[in-house]
Amino acid sequence: MRELLDDIDRWRADGKRVAVARVVDILGSGPREPGAAMAVNEAGEVAGSVSGGCVEGAVVSEALGVLHGERGPGIVTFGYSDDEAFAVGLTCGGTIRLFIEALDW
Amino acid sequence: MSAALYDILRDRLRAQQPTALATVIDGPDPGCKLLVTPDEVLGGLGHPELDRIVARDALAELEAGRSGIRHYGPEGQTTPEDLVDAPTLAVFVESWSPPPQMWIFGAVDFTAALSRVAKVLGYRVIVCDAREIFATRRRFPAADEVVVSWPGGLYERRGDQLGQRDAVAILTHDPKFDVPAVQGALATRVGYIGVMGSRKTHAKRVERLREVGVTDAELARLMSPIGLDLGARTPEETAISICAEIIARRTGRAAPSLRDADGPIHS
Repeated sequence: MRELLDDIDRWRADGKRVAVARVVDILGSGPREPGAAMAVNEAGEVAGSVSGGCVEGAVVSEALGVLHGERGPGIVTFGYSDDEAFAVGLTCGGTIRLFIEALDW
Repeated sequence: MSAALYDILRDRLRAQQPTALATVIDGPDPGCKLLVTPDEVLGGLGHPELDRIVARDALAELEAGRSGIRHYGPEGQTTPEDLVDAPTLAVFVESWSPPPQMWIFGAVDFTAALSRVAKVLGYRVIVCDAREIFATRRRFPAADEVVVSWPGGLYERRGDQLGQRDAVAILTHDPKFDVPAVQGALATRVGYIGVMGSRKTHAKRVERLREVGVTDAELARLMSPIGLDLGARTPEETAISICAEIIARRTGRAAPSLRDADGPIHS
């Protein structure tokens, strides 16, 4: 979160709305610890990361969904298993849960 | 109230002040927040008793430097019997603690290497030696502070800052310096105390420590000789072996190679 503050400040000064995704849980191997965070503004600009690059693209669409009012704040799970070979997941085989919300607090 | 909580959080993070943020991530009102600091609690999760219990737990997480999910009943219930058939809330407690400290006693070559490696790991590094000509910023550019002092002085002024996440490394081989450095560390709650020296030096040091009244239980806290058995030779390699030992002590692992061990890599 600390590394996102400058970008968030700049975006908010420009009047852009911001959503924040934070890793809240990891099952199995995971590249980042709980608290790893990523911010997305309504123009789709991104700061930070929540994995080794495996799920960031999907997080951006979820975050934009929150900013566009298509979904409320909530948990999103990314995992990987053999029968979901084409689903978005982590190459290390773990599962991560993120909490994604608008920065309106 | 809108944006106020984030502004306070942001300012505290920039100032590196200890702060925990509890967020309801699963429950009737996801996104509700409680900002917890050692001095005050701001925001709310929907019930005063829930706020009180979560604030208490968040302070404990903050002290330990941990972040994670905890479950509660709607009025802060935590015992399993109270949670049967009750809807539960999942609360993510994220804590931001000031960086852990590493105090390194002895202004020697090993100290320069250890201060560099400790910085990579995020420690605030303080180098202490009583000899003014050796304890200079020039020799230890990676250290956050270089203190010219006998160990007793530093412990007296700041020993109460040391906790479980912090480390003391005593790299002098000089008994008039390392005995007080060990004694001072033992009087704190510091999580790791490592003392450099050969097995022979170690044996002599133990003798001297016993003479000044150090007990067996206290001696058991010392990692001495310091470091993991990596066959480290250079100051840099030794610094890695010391930092690796600090990590292994924290995680409770025996530190074999991953290839030669079983079980999950993270737990």
